[in-house]
Amino acid sequence: MPASSAAARALDWPTRFETLAATAKSPALQRYYAGGTPSGDTPISDVPMVAMDFETTGLDPDIHSIVSIGVVPFNTQRIYCRNARHWVVRPVLPLHRESVTFHGITHSEVRAAPDLREILDDLLDALAGRIVVVHYRSIERAFLDAALRWRLEEGIEFPVIDTMELEARWHRQKPPSLWDRLRRRKPESIRLADSRTRYGLPYYAPHHALTDALATAELLMAQLQHRFSPDTPLRELWQ
Amino acid sequence: MEVEQIEIRDHIKRFAPFDNLPDETIDRLATQVEVAYYRAGSTILTYGESIGDLYFIRSGAVEVYRRNGDLYNRLSEGDLFGQLGLMMNKKVRYPATAIEDTLIYLIPDAIFQELWEAGEHFADFFDIEDQGLLRAAVSRQEKANPLMTSRVRKLITRSPVTAEASISIIEAARLMTEEGVSALVLMNPGMQVDQEWRPGETPLVAGIITDRDLRTRAVAEGLDYSTPVSEFMSTDLVYIRSDQFVFEAMLSMLKHNVHHLPVLHRNKPIGVVALSDLVKYESQSSLYLVSNIHHQVDVRGLKRLSRDTAATFVRMVNEDANSHMIGSAMAGIGRAISQRLLELAEEKLGPPPIPYCFMALGSMARDEQLIVTDQDNALVLDDSFVPEEHDEYFKALAKFVSDGLAECGYAYCSGDIMATNQAWRQPLRVWKEYFTDWIEKPDAKSLLNSAIFFDLDGIAGETQFAEDLKALIATKAQRAPRFLAYLAHAALNRKPPLGFFRDFVMENDGKHNNSINLKRRGTAPLSDLVRVHALACGSRAQNTFNRINAIEETQLLAEGVANNLRDALELIAIVRIRHQALDIEAGREPDNNIEPENLTRFERRNLKEAFQVISNAQKFLRHRYHASGGGSIN
Repeated sequence: MPASSAAARALDWPTRFETLAATAKSPALQRYYAGGTPSGDTPISDVPMVAMDFETTGLDPDIHSIVSIGVVPFNTQRIYCRNARHWVVRPVLPLHRESVTFHGITHSEVRAAPDLREILDDLLDALAGRIVVVHYRSIERAFLDAALRWRLEEGIEFPVIDTMELEARWHRQKPPSLWDRLRRRKPESIRLADSRTRYGLPYYAPHHALTDALATAELLMAQLQHRFSPDTPLRELWQ
Repeated sequence: MEVEQIEIRDHIKRFAPFDNLPDETIDRLATQVEVAYYRAGSTILTYGESIGDLYFIRSGAVEVYRRNGDLYNRLSEGDLFGQLGLMMNKKVRYPATAIEDTLIYLIPDAIFQELWEAGEHFADFFDIEDQGLLRAAVSRQEKANPLMTSRVRKLITRSPVTAEASISIIEAARLMTEEGVSALVLMNPGMQVDQEWRPGETPLVAGIITDRDLRTRAVAEGLDYSTPVSEFMSTDLVYIRSDQFVFEAMLSMLKHNVHHLPVLHRNKPIGVVALSDLVKYESQSSLYLVSNIHHQVDVRGLKRLSRDTAATFVRMVNEDANSHMIGSAMAGIGRAISQRLLELAEEKLGPPPIPYCFMALGSMARDEQLIVTDQDNALVLDDSFVPEEHDEYFKALAKFVSDGLAECGYAYCSGDIMATNQAWRQPLRVWKEYFTDWIEKPDAKSLLNSAIFFDLDGIAGETQFAEDLKALIATKAQRAPRFLAYLAHAALNRKPPLGFFRDFVMENDGKHNNSINLKRRGTAPLSDLVRVHALACGSRAQNTFNRINAIEETQLLAEGVANNLRDALELIAIVRIRHQALDIEAGREPDNNIEPENLTRFERRNLKEAFQVISNAQKFLRHRYHASGGGSIN
């Protein structure tokens, strides 16, 4: 298990949020942190969550930008589509041609889209008081942090449950054995679509931020039912 | 819309009843959906708990149970459950369990209710009370065909042309020519058409003559023109009531091979319906085919004509005829071919030495013949039968007809139930002994093989012999509880499946099969069980629908059961018929096997309900006649 996640689990996120609420300069961030976060002791079945997915112009938060954001609130029992949100935002850098076909978002849509700053209040309201759930935390957490540093001159911190990290716990725990290497057996893929298949979840067309957020929420529901008891404390899951 | 639940929307609208909803409605529905995941083996709904959503299966598989724990249904992608609970005080009626990892889209009750109020198609889909669903399906079908919705009185354009039966041939011919009619209704002396009449009094009408009668019975026979028509008029009159449906008039013409039917209103003749009035309703009428059959001069001609049978069958299906009409038309064609073959046989072999009756058995006798069929027939001979003197003739007659039928597409009976078999070519008294033995000394094995004889119909010659046998059966069977128990036992041999799951037929124990024989698992068990009740009621009806009518009058069945049986039979029969028509149109050999992937969702749902009706009726049958199901009787 990566050392960072062990450290994260030891982290006291509610206290950290209190501190950040007091020190943040941006009123939007102050409000967000003031909304608090469930403590590490909370059983997962009592935790309000929100699945979040970004489509971006590339993989490096320092050079690439967010193009669209999808969020959908849920808990271990239900996903609430009626409160889902989806935004297209204008990237700081021009959209690459390949990126356009990839996300299905057109240049004209992007040109007409607002800057992330204009939707930031709405986005933070959707996240407030909920644990963010992502598939591969390095994208959403890092990109949102970088985007806020660029616009507000301060970043953002928040706990996440990473469905890919959970999947890695079972499929990446041990290094491949000699026998596996001799047979050239490939390790199980822990990408979103492949992970979903293992839980009998249907195929969803990828690369739409809202669909991916929904896909992530469903994956966590499935992982929890298969691998965890409803009483599992949040600290065993979050990062 | 703000939220682009593209996946959910696009998926839901692939499935009934959502496929008929307008785009705006589907978009709004998709934004209101909630999603839940159930791991294989976990409970989704528990009996009696409150329920606030309609459950749509996005992926996986779910089993739904009756309250007593019996499997009710197994559902998969695109199926819905929970609707009964939503319609009945928001409590779960049928518990449900995930049998695979299952993803559910939950559609809030408010939306469900709103769609239910707004759309007829949507409401029809959820009318899941067993009877309701079948009734809706069958009545939709009925509405599609004018033969089944129009009454005979609509065909009448003028009052009947009548005369006293004592009128001469030449007077009759003149009157018919002046009036421009092809049939003349003949009255008993002193009777008027508009006169009050009570049952028991002398009938108003004495008989009828037609153009054809004048030609064949008068002119061709060289009768003197002054001969009274009463000497050759048809007196064994076939009527139709003015409030009957046009298709019933058609059935009657097919059955009796007549082209004119006097129409009665309150026992008074108000008109005559002719073949030409009915064929307006049909582009290539089966009635024409039947009348053509009677004009063929050899087996080759009959064989050539019999190829039109399939075309007539397909056309009737495409014109939304019901199974009763199609079954009767096919039986009518088979009967006409048999009758014509007998006439040809007599031409070849000379007149019969003693009277005989040619009997149809099984589906032809029940007027439930379809396109895939073999021949089941027998000869009932006059009691003056002396084998050494007469049997050579009847053996040759039977062979001629049986070979001719085989030429015309009616395969030889694999069980050898044909008049060519000496056992089934016997005088009336021997036939009476057969039936008396079967009824009074029943055993399981003989009844399995002889059940087919209890559907019989005289189709040529001394048909009274067949009527005598029907009377004997009707009298003896209802007083023979042991016979009824054995017959009921035999009727329980073939059971319907529970329903469908994905592309499989699902049996009651949850096992799967790739296809279903709709005759063996549907129509046959149903007509078997109806036959038992009909015999118990002393009915002489042969057709399953007519038998159900007769049973209904005795109140042997619980309220509404007769309707359910009728609808179930119609539904299974028509699915079977439609699929045979599709096979024919596609150039395939039609059969009774259907693969579930070739059934629409509506057909599957309706068939499942129809199977349930049969299953319930079989339970009642076992209980009513103390028949043990399944295992053997000792």
